[in-house]
Amino acid sequence: MIAVRPHQAQEEHRFADGEIPELAPQPNNPYLKAPEPEHCPGPESENAGKSDSCTGCANKEICSSLPKGPDPDLPIITEKLSSVKHKILVLSGKGGVGKSTFTSMLAWALAADDELEVGAMDLDICGPSLPKMLGAVGESIHASNSGWSPVYVGDNLGMMSIQFMLPDKDSAIIWRGSKKNGLIKQFLKDVNWGQLDYLVIDTPPGTSDEHLSVTSYMKESGIDGALVVTTPQEVALLDVRKEIDFCKKANIKVLGLVENMSGFVCPNCKGKSMIFKPTTGGGEALAKEMGIPFLGSVPLDPRIGKSCDTGESFLDMYPDSPACTAILDVVDALRDTVGDEV
Amino acid sequence: MEEPPKSLAKVKHIILVLSGKGGVGKSSVTTQTALTLVSKGYKVGVLDIDLTGPSIPRMFGLEGKKIHQSSKGWVPVHLSTNLKIMSLGFLINDRGSSVVWRGPKKQAMIKQMLSDVFWDELDYLIIDTPPGTSDEHITIAEELKFANPDGCILVTTPQQISVDDVKKEINFCNKVKFKILGLIENMSGFVCPYCDECTNIFSSDGGMNLCRDLGLRFLGKLPIDPSFNEMIETQGDKEGKTLVDFYKENTSFTRFNDIIQLILDDNLPNRLQNLTL
Repeated sequence: MIAVRPHQAQEEHRFADGEIPELAPQPNNPYLKAPEPEHCPGPESENAGKSDSCTGCANKEICSSLPKGPDPDLPIITEKLSSVKHKILVLSGKGGVGKSTFTSMLAWALAADDELEVGAMDLDICGPSLPKMLGAVGESIHASNSGWSPVYVGDNLGMMSIQFMLPDKDSAIIWRGSKKNGLIKQFLKDVNWGQLDYLVIDTPPGTSDEHLSVTSYMKESGIDGALVVTTPQEVALLDVRKEIDFCKKANIKVLGLVENMSGFVCPNCKGKSMIFKPTTGGGEALAKEMGIPFLGSVPLDPRIGKSCDTGESFLDMYPDSPACTAILDVVDALRDTVGDEV
Repeated sequence: MEEPPKSLAKVKHIILVLSGKGGVGKSSVTTQTALTLVSKGYKVGVLDIDLTGPSIPRMFGLEGKKIHQSSKGWVPVHLSTNLKIMSLGFLINDRGSSVVWRGPKKQAMIKQMLSDVFWDELDYLIIDTPPGTSDEHITIAEELKFANPDGCILVTTPQQISVDDVKKEINFCNKVKFKILGLIENMSGFVCPYCDECTNIFSSDGGMNLCRDLGLRFLGKLPIDPSFNEMIETQGDKEGKTLVDFYKENTSFTRFNDIIQLILDDNLPNRLQNLTL
C-alpha cells in the first residue's frame, strides 16, 4: 500500500483567472489542502481540527477556522428549487460520450410537449457545449435585483450556461474547483427558473468538484436521479462504472443507463459496423452487472452531430430516423421512471 | 520552487497531450505517441494525470498492475524496458471504484506524481490529461513552469462542438506558455469495411480549418480505426509479441508514424542541456 503524503498544496493562482469579470464573492473555502487522515471527524464537525487524528494533519488550521454548522445558502437553494418538479442529472465518467447531446435531446423532447415547462442547466464550466446545441450562441444573461434570468430558446425552454457570461466566446475558463463551486451555487441560488416541470442538468465528465457540489447543494431539494450515458467500448464503461459508484456513494438514484454511438449503418451499402466495439457486452451488460435499468441504445448517425453544430433539433428534423425513435424511447422510459404521465 | 520537479532530472523531452473536449482520443493519441516512439528505439514514459477517469492502464493492457515504492521513489509499471507507465489507476484497488476528489487533493496527487516517480533516464515523457482547463491543468502548468517542456499535442474531433472547446484549450496554452507542437484531427471519417465508402460521422475538416485560421501546425487526420481499438482490447493473446510489435502491424501505425516524424524533425533541444541547473 502506498501512502499518499499530505502535501503543502498552495491555493495560489499563478495563472490568474483574469479572463472573466468577477462573478460574485466567493463562498467560504471549506476545501482542504491535503487528503483527510484516517478517522477524520470531517471539516464541518464540531470536533474539526480538535480530534486526535487532527494532530499533524496539514488541514488542521483550515478545519479549526471553518464556520461550523450547515451552509446558510442551502435553505435558499431549496426554496428556489421548490418550484421545480423533476430534477434530472445527466452524468458519465467519460467525456465525449454524448452527455450534452443527450441533455439537449431530452430538453427538446420534453419541450415539444406544450404543457411542460423545461429548464436546461450546463455545469460543464470549462467546456460548455449546451448553448451551441440548443441554438443559443451569442446570447447573454440578464441580471436584475431578483437574480439571473435564463436564456429562452423556446416558449417553454430556458437554459443557463457559463458560456453566456464570457467576454469572448473562446475565452478559456481557467478555474480551480473552488471557484467552479461558487458559480454552481449561484446557478442554483440566483437563477429565476419560475415554475418548471423539468430541470435537466448537464455535467462535465468525472467525479470531482462539480459533481460533489451539485449533489450536496441539492441534497435538501431532492434530485429525482441521474441518467448515465456511455458508449459501448470497455474503455468508456470503465469510467462509467466509476460514475455509478459515485452515484451510490452520493445517494443519487440511477434512473437508467443509455448506450450512445452503438453501431453505425453505412448510408451507402446499409452494412452495419460496430465502430466502438462492445467487447465486454456494452452498456446492457454493465447495467445488468450494476443492477440499474438499461434504457436503450442509440445508433451513430452523422446528422446528430451536424444538428448539434447548427443548434437545431435533430428530433424535429429527422423524426423518422432510427436514432430519433431510439432517443424518444429513452425519454419516455425516463418520464415513466420519475413518475410523470406520458 | 524555481526549479523543475526532481522526477524529471533525467528526462530529455516532455510532451503533453491536451484537448478541451473529452472523448476525442487524448489517451489513444498518448498511447500511439508512446508506442511509435518506442518503435523508433526511444526510452519513453507515460504519465496519466486524468485522476477520476484514468484510461492509460487499460490502453497498455496493464490493468491490475501495482506501483511499488523503492528507496528512489514510486517505481512506474514497466511494459518493457523502454516503456514505463504511471497512472492513478495503479494505486486504486478496485477498477470499479470512483475517486471522488476535489481540486486540492487532485493538486496534491499530481505534485506528488511529479516529485516522487522514479523514471530514471527517459528520452520522452508523454503526459496524458483530462479534458478542460481546471485544477489538473493549472497544477501541471505550475509544476512544469521551470521544467522547459517541449510543448503539447492538441487533439480534436472534426465537429464544431469539439473545435470550440479546443479553442479554449489553445487560449489556456497561450496563457501558461505551453508551446503548441501541432493539432491532430481524430475520428476524421470512417471507411465502411463492406463498400469502402467514407462517411464523416463527426463531420470533417474542423481541426484542419482551425489550424489554418489560427496559424497552427496541422499534424494530420486520423480516421476512425476499429482495428486499433480491437488491438487494445485483445492484447491478451500475445504469442510472444509485444504491444509495440502489434502496433507496427496496425493500419494506424503508418499514419501516426508520419505525425511523430513531423515532431521529431523539429529537432527540439534536449531540455537537460537547456536548463541552467
